[in-house]
Amino acid sequence: MLLVLVEQTGGVASDPSLQTLTLARSFGEPIHALVIGSAVDLSHHGVAVTHVAVHDELDSFAPDAWAAILGQLADRLGAGAVFAAGTDRGNDVMARVAARMRLPLATNCIAVAPGPPVTLTRQRWGGSLLEEARLHSARALITVAPHSVPIEPARAETRVERFTPQLKEQELVVHVAEHVSTKGGGVSLAEAKVVVSGGRGVGSKEGFAIIEDLAGLLGAAVGCSRVVTSAGWRPHTDQVGQTGTKIAPELYIACGISGATQHMAGCKAAKRILAINSDAEAPIMLNADYAVVGDLKEIVPAISAELRKRK
Amino acid sequence: MRVLVCVKRVPFTGGKMVLAPDSMALETRHLGFTISPHEECGVEAAVRLVEVNTGESVVLTLGPPEAIEQLRDAMALGIDRAIHLQTESAEWDPEATAAAIVDAIGADEAASGPFDLIFFGNESADSGGYQVGLLVARALGRPAVTGLKGVKVEGGSVRCEQEADGGRDVYVVPMPAVLTVKEGLNLPRYPSVPGRMRAGRKPVATSAPTQAPARLEMVRLVVPPGQGRRAEVLGSGASAAPAVVEMMRKIGVA
Repeated sequence: MLLVLVEQTGGVASDPSLQTLTLARSFGEPIHALVIGSAVDLSHHGVAVTHVAVHDELDSFAPDAWAAILGQLADRLGAGAVFAAGTDRGNDVMARVAARMRLPLATNCIAVAPGPPVTLTRQRWGGSLLEEARLHSARALITVAPHSVPIEPARAETRVERFTPQLKEQELVVHVAEHVSTKGGGVSLAEAKVVVSGGRGVGSKEGFAIIEDLAGLLGAAVGCSRVVTSAGWRPHTDQVGQTGTKIAPELYIACGISGATQHMAGCKAAKRILAINSDAEAPIMLNADYAVVGDLKEIVPAISAELRKRK
Repeated sequence: MRVLVCVKRVPFTGGKMVLAPDSMALETRHLGFTISPHEECGVEAAVRLVEVNTGESVVLTLGPPEAIEQLRDAMALGIDRAIHLQTESAEWDPEATAAAIVDAIGADEAASGPFDLIFFGNESADSGGYQVGLLVARALGRPAVTGLKGVKVEGGSVRCEQEADGGRDVYVVPMPAVLTVKEGLNLPRYPSVPGRMRAGRKPVATSAPTQAPARLEMVRLVVPPGQGRRAEVLGSGASAAPAVVEMMRKIGVA
């Protein structure tokens, strides 16, 4: 029996959680799911039982409480493995489960097979490198790297069971006290259909004017590489990369970006990549679908002019 | 106030992942090394807190003898002293790493009093386990908040901000506490020449912890498929613009 933590927004399961259910089914069945707060319909995702934890103190996220609930339920059900999505919250809660139960945790896995020992493949370097590993534990704790496994629906007769967990005061100390919205104008980097990014080759803060102009014409978000934020040319919120934002646009236009692994880890989910670079041998050329070789300061304005001409 | 920041030595990987012959590590002969990026912001945060509140800042690493470079880098930015848990084997799994750090913190706190805040990176750039800070927090019985892009001390508490759903989730927890941070928390300063000079004279306490057996055991590293595709060249220079716009039309973005 496997237990899967399913994250949700307003009764709808998140995609990374549905991907996790798919990978968990390849590991073993039956699948029990835990949702916290409101119920979620998981009958299209092969779930035998959905456990809905309801508690007055759980209106705001409290990671230690979530870990306590997941641990209690795993014990009560005798779960052979516990899965969650490798999201910020999923990894956080599972690390707390690992700490409470003194069990080893393998994060951001893309493949798992039952043991003993459990064998798995997990992401390192934001997915730029893979690790094959063995997990020596009677109960495997696994998180699944987001967007590494396709969602495969499976019909099931799902039973829903509500329960009220026992929570200690100290498990509620860490909780979200307030949510501050920072949504400004413009297109969000994480959700943009097109992203135009600049790297070291842009040369200066002012050099981004031509990047912004092209982005404006395409209704695109502006991104940048880590070199650019370290130099203070753009805010960190614009950074695409392993330590910045991970994006998945239809088209990613990388201008003057060499394609370091740190950067590619953030844009590898892009459907297509256009590289504009003066170096035809830059590493990004090995990861791009289209390339234009030359000076971005001439090429980017020429593309903008061509777009204006055809409007 | 006393602040500890835990850092990890990792290579600058550049454009391509190349494995050592035994596939158990990256080939690092031609690579430089750095403090893992999230933790550079942890170092900066620790230095700023002690600048404002006075007290002592300490940097800790678990790593090979060469990791002294990263400890000196942190001290060049203003950290007061260092703890080096020196290792021989390249791979320490998260549980073994956390156990050694807990012991070292216990020893330091017994001698010098409790740390008000302990910083970790949210995850290391290389192994990305997302857990050492939380394992340490649990062992010490302290509250922990992860993935922070904002940290502000307010009396005996710390206000923590985490990016979430087009905004920020705010947590307020009592100190002592463990915080894991992300790049973007601040813009780390560059070391000054006098800072570098002083760093060479600051104390480093070195010890060799015993490695607990790994329950997450690495078998080998693999470079993922997909690298090595070749881009379709649409042209060179400004004359490529019509072909670029044609491509954009074809895929429906222009």
